[in-house]
Amino acid sequence: MSDADSSPTTADSAAGTDSGRRSVDDPILEVEGVVKQFGGITAVDGATFEIERGSITGLIGPNGAGKSTTFNCITGVYEPDEGSVVFDGTDITGRTPNRVATAGLVRTFQIAREFPEMTVLENMMLAPKNQLGESMWRSVAPGTRGAVVEEEERLRERAWEVLEFFEIDHLAEEYAGTLSGGQRKLLELARALLTEPELLLLDEPMAGVNPSLERKLLEHIHELQEQGYTFLLVEHDMDVIMNHTEHVIVMHQGSVLAEGTPEAVKSDEEVIEAYLGGEV
Amino acid sequence: MSERDSRLPEPVSNAHDRLKALPQWQYDLLLIVGVVLATYGGFAVLGLLGGVGINSIVGFFRTVTFYAAVYALVVLALNLHWGYTGLFNIGVAGFMAVGVYTMAFLTAAPDATPAGLGLPIPIGIVGGMIAAGLVGLVAALPALRVRADYFAIVTLGLSEIIRLALLSGSLRSIEVGDTVYGTGGGSGIQYPPVDTIIPWLLERPVIGELGELLFEVGAAVGIQRSVILGGLYTAVLIAFVGLFYLFLSRIANSPYGRVLKAIREDELAAKSLGKNTDRAKIVAFVVGCSLMGLAGMLWMGSRSFVSPDSFMPIITFYIFVALIVGGAGSNTGSVIGGFAFAAFLWEGPRFVRSILNANLNLRSPPTIYDAFVELGSGDLTPLVGYLVGSLDELRFVLVGVVLILLMLWRPEGLLGHRKEIAAATDLSRRPSTPDRVAASDGGEPDE
Repeated sequence: MSDADSSPTTADSAAGTDSGRRSVDDPILEVEGVVKQFGGITAVDGATFEIERGSITGLIGPNGAGKSTTFNCITGVYEPDEGSVVFDGTDITGRTPNRVATAGLVRTFQIAREFPEMTVLENMMLAPKNQLGESMWRSVAPGTRGAVVEEEERLRERAWEVLEFFEIDHLAEEYAGTLSGGQRKLLELARALLTEPELLLLDEPMAGVNPSLERKLLEHIHELQEQGYTFLLVEHDMDVIMNHTEHVIVMHQGSVLAEGTPEAVKSDEEVIEAYLGGEV
Repeated sequence: MSERDSRLPEPVSNAHDRLKALPQWQYDLLLIVGVVLATYGGFAVLGLLGGVGINSIVGFFRTVTFYAAVYALVVLALNLHWGYTGLFNIGVAGFMAVGVYTMAFLTAAPDATPAGLGLPIPIGIVGGMIAAGLVGLVAALPALRVRADYFAIVTLGLSEIIRLALLSGSLRSIEVGDTVYGTGGGSGIQYPPVDTIIPWLLERPVIGELGELLFEVGAAVGIQRSVILGGLYTAVLIAFVGLFYLFLSRIANSPYGRVLKAIREDELAAKSLGKNTDRAKIVAFVVGCSLMGLAGMLWMGSRSFVSPDSFMPIITFYIFVALIVGGAGSNTGSVIGGFAFAAFLWEGPRFVRSILNANLNLRSPPTIYDAFVELGSGDLTPLVGYLVGSLDELRFVLVGVVLILLMLWRPEGLLGHRKEIAAATDLSRRPSTPDRVAASDGGEPDE
């Protein structure tokens, strides 16, 4: 952990094919040599990259490149077989998803995972971290219930504000399961924001979202970036990647094939070959 | 609730609207009381028209009230597991058994066979709750690590292990010094029934004086002391239903309840928002098991002995039927489901039988074949007689038919469709500013 801290400029060649590996001044996330195998298949094979604080970074790669598995290794859904994940100077490798989230690293899912039989507001109210009332006795006991109610009133204001920011406040009292696919994506992002994360990992946030909603979502992401949030997006839509990210990481066969600015990556021979299915 | 608030304010014109304007808990209380009174009224009219004596009607009401209360207790506890957290616990009977047997052991007389510790009933009840909770904890630690469907199998298995262990010969009698403890095998344990807590309480200072007052009032009206004693235990059961309801509604309307609901909906998503779902599940499971133990004691404990036969898996099935009828996820629905099961599916058919027996000279042919043979000769009464005669078995068919119809027409149960918001405060009410304040939310001028 400390050595990952002290050497953000990587000299090691675990990933083998780092072309254009950059040095990051202020990394919020450092992924170092992560390996994940399922039976005989190596889904992630030594992925190594860093995310700059306050940036919007894109993670791309052909199907099966290991993007989602890398996401799952970072967020604790899977425990990596090798390698380390350092978030904000703390080693979070192998932590359970809830502990990763409480550390400030919150994700959304490729297919939105709203709580369908809870209202949009309930979905939102669930998200804030470390609520007093999450302890059963404090919620039930007469002496402590008052503080829980007060906190709920505070959180309610915040939930409404965020719903308004995403312009889904008119849906607040609907069951989340009745929302359209795009609205669910908005809800998921809104909900994730209420946890007050530092880094948001968005797994294909634009999939299934209509163009006007997509534009809106991207505007929100840029606005949030200005407020200091960091984003890592897995995305297939190349227009989104080229126009809205500052840095792109390309994965192929479980490891990082190339990274750099969108323009640099676009013209990278290896990347083109990987996408066209040629031998690397 | 939310639907009401979002509606435009309109003049409250009729009684229904006025009811709907009440706070949720008052509305629910009225709903429960209304359903109970309407049902009793209906049965009373039916009974009087059918020529059933007033005494058997009152007796029927007492039985229904008892079963309704005890069912409501267990259903409420199960609602915490299944309705709220989505834990498919099909070992309810086992956790009830642990509670009742622990209480039996703690309160049975030291010179009985098998012997107990002879402790007062309240200590027995607390002990039974702790034991049921502990067994729940032991079951939860490994069981919650498996997938939902395997969890169900684990709980069913555990419940059967408990019942068979209580039945087994090797635990039947255990000698410690001169005293023989043990489960008593198939013949069970004799102990002072829980309803003897009423006379016990009446010997205590303040309660005793209140009791004497009640008896004096009763004597003035002409009600016998024994009738009041019997009624008091039913009142205690109803009070416990109220306590369970209050406790579980507080859980439901809290951030903790919200976490439980989120676990039911999508556990990984809840984890990804930083919720410690394992801890929340274990707490909910242990508390629910403990309440099941308590409900078991109040139910089975009012007999003077306990045997493993009272805890067959079918009991768990009935509890689930009652919960599904009422609407999983709703505490009010749980109470109404417990009542509906007791009144309509369990005791109702017997009441109908007593009406039929009082009015028709029914004889029950030995088999349904005989009944149909006589039907062939144009006589309907043997068939009716057969059906009435085998009513206890036919009730199972009735339960099945009701379940099928419910799944077809109203799969969410009587009250399962309601939006019961899991929050400690009303979320739907907007803060003071009804208009959108663009500046405060980070500025979002575009439409």
